[in-house]
Amino acid sequence: MAVVRAAEVIDDAAWEDLSDALLLADVGVATTDELVAEVRRRVGRDGLPTGGTAGDGVLELLKRVLVERLGGVDRSLALGGSPSVWIFVGVTGVGKTTTIGKLAHRETEAGRSLVLGAGDTFRAAAADQLVMWADRSAVPVVRGAEGADPSSVVFDAVEHAAARGADLVLADTAGRVHTRSNLMDELAKVRRVAEKGAGTVTETLLVVDATTGQNGLVQARQFSEFAEVTGVVLTKLDGSAKGGIVVAVQEDLGIPVKLVGVGEGVDDLVEFDPVEFVEALFAADVAV
Amino acid sequence: MFEGLSSRFEGILKRVRGKGRLSEQDVEEFLAELRVALLEADVHLSVVRSFRDRVRDRAVGAEVSGALNPGQQVVKIVLEELTGILGGETHRLTFASKPPTVILLAGLQGSGKTTAAAKLARLLKAQGRNPLLIGADLQRPAAVEQLRTLGGRIDVPVFSVPTDPVDVARAGLAEARRLGRDVLVCDTAGRLAIDHDLMAEVAEVSAVLKPDHTFLVVDAMTGQDAVNVAEAFHERLELDAVVLTKLDGDARGGAALSLREVVGRPIAYASTGEGLEDFDAFHPDRLASRILGMGDVETLIEKAEETFEQEKAEAAAARLLEGTFTLDDFLEQLKALRTMGPISNLMGMVPGMAQQMKDVDTEVDERRIDRIEGIINSMTPAERADPDVIDGSRRSRIAAGSGTQPGEINQLVRQFREMRKMMKQMGKSPGHKGAKGRGSKKGRKGRGGRTTDRGPVIVDRKKGLSLPGLGDLSSGLDGPRGGLSLDRDPRFGD
Repeated sequence: MAVVRAAEVIDDAAWEDLSDALLLADVGVATTDELVAEVRRRVGRDGLPTGGTAGDGVLELLKRVLVERLGGVDRSLALGGSPSVWIFVGVTGVGKTTTIGKLAHRETEAGRSLVLGAGDTFRAAAADQLVMWADRSAVPVVRGAEGADPSSVVFDAVEHAAARGADLVLADTAGRVHTRSNLMDELAKVRRVAEKGAGTVTETLLVVDATTGQNGLVQARQFSEFAEVTGVVLTKLDGSAKGGIVVAVQEDLGIPVKLVGVGEGVDDLVEFDPVEFVEALFAADVAV
Repeated sequence: MFEGLSSRFEGILKRVRGKGRLSEQDVEEFLAELRVALLEADVHLSVVRSFRDRVRDRAVGAEVSGALNPGQQVVKIVLEELTGILGGETHRLTFASKPPTVILLAGLQGSGKTTAAAKLARLLKAQGRNPLLIGADLQRPAAVEQLRTLGGRIDVPVFSVPTDPVDVARAGLAEARRLGRDVLVCDTAGRLAIDHDLMAEVAEVSAVLKPDHTFLVVDAMTGQDAVNVAEAFHERLELDAVVLTKLDGDARGGAALSLREVVGRPIAYASTGEGLEDFDAFHPDRLASRILGMGDVETLIEKAEETFEQEKAEAAAARLLEGTFTLDDFLEQLKALRTMGPISNLMGMVPGMAQQMKDVDTEVDERRIDRIEGIINSMTPAERADPDVIDGSRRSRIAAGSGTQPGEINQLVRQFREMRKMMKQMGKSPGHKGAKGRGSKKGRKGRGGRTTDRGPVIVDRKKGLSLPGLGDLSSGLDGPRGGLSLDRDPRFGD
């Protein structure tokens, strides 16, 4: 970004530098072109913001455009069932189980009573991993045998929560590639069965890894189609990856980021803050 | 959803078709589409740039040469550059002279190291090795449990102790020696490239294990950050190769291209499914077409080259029927023999000709072809165009030049003359208007189709007569490369 900031005149090269910064953050070509076009329109209409170099000005404007576009949406996690059910979906390795572990801690701290459903019956020892997290917050886990039907595990968890009068069920699911229609159907079933008893699914959260590139948009589209995704959890934002694909996800599909994972600790799950996110998007110069 | 490169190129290809030479502007249009396609495939921006520059250097001013028109040449250059990067040096898993051979897996969290470790162990076992899995990921809860379960499924022992990773590595090495296992596959904790403590730890594990091979496990869905990650790991661990995981989704895997280009390390293995057997040596060509979505672009190139051969044959056939067939044409056909079949077949493709060709001695064996080629090559252009000028002294010169006897030259010239004469007669005979009667009249004879030794003749009433292996005679004469039409090829599209 140093290149953009230093620019005294905003010529074609400077606009390209601005695009490059977005592309390097995985924002994607289409969204990048749209954002830069918007900034150009505004410069044409209102001129550059005063203060600093011309480069500072366009960068400032771009940040403003981004924050505006990301803003104005409800990012709270919905409750309202008895119990409410939050289902976590996503491809393998994005951090679904870890996210549930951290969120269990946060929600317990907030005074809610929880039950975890170990719906990932595919990955070896996934339930063990969830139990280890649950133990830290003393939250009960309902689990099935390895290879069991995930929807029955989630159903049992909801029943268990209803019987105990718990507020919330966090349901884990196995990571899956969105191109396998049988696995996606299975997910649709989990969602359906979770509402068979007393529970209401109030959130279906797509977990996306910040290192994910352009496939993130494809994932979001597919998972939404099968499981009515209500929000994104952006994990691993503490690395060098910027997670820019979530901008495209919100722009194209209207699905906002609700939570952000920023570390390995139990407290490292925070609410998504557009201003912070946008600052980080342009924070360090990435070697090109 | 994502547009493949072929559909991106289609419009431009159509527009520049027929141009003898591409302007800089034409090339820039291709490059703009190429840039978008590469970026959407998650190829790193810097690699996109260098790639684009290389294609530009080769493509600007590219002229018609051989089979491809300039537009298609650009496509070919793209393909060559891409397979050039992905192919090249491949990784071969060598085994240490003094076992165990040690393989260390490193990578980011969630890249699929644990699963890849088990899959690799299974592959090695299937190849007759006796692997031992080492679980040095003490970070992620239940990671060792996961490895043990997977090890149980593939019947490979798993070693781990709940102390610290360096200790696990040391003890694991001793365990492999004690058990007589010949390959050791070590799983490590996923870590962020920018976490210096954890990077130091994996370096320590590496120092203890002294691995024969260090693999970076990379998720095929990784975006622009792949390069930063790989560079950071490479700096610490000196990577030997990359294991690409999660290729079973629809991610284009452009990160692999970036890694090859920036870190210079080959992709050794690819994981293509959930099953433990879905893991194999990496095939660069498959990924090359996947990244750009251009399986059909390759087809396009092949098609173009095929069509070129067809057009050459068509032109020769037309000259044959006009009686203007020269020894140059004859030589051309001889050169094409190995790909197209003998000249008797070429004749046989012309409807009605197969019968008449029976009398002509065109049964040539491979050695005779060599001699005939030699003879024609020793002729001057004038002699090739009109063999009648060959007199005694020319004959001696040709014989000396080709290492043959003057008699053989006589024989060749005589046969050639006979053949040409007969062809000319056939060209004039009713029902075979030949080159002069091409067009709609030709269709009359072939209507309803007929069978030749190359299969049925396809007759399109609008376009006239098509000959299998020869293409459409009339459309072949529309323009310099009229035989290849993108908008007509069902394989090229969406």
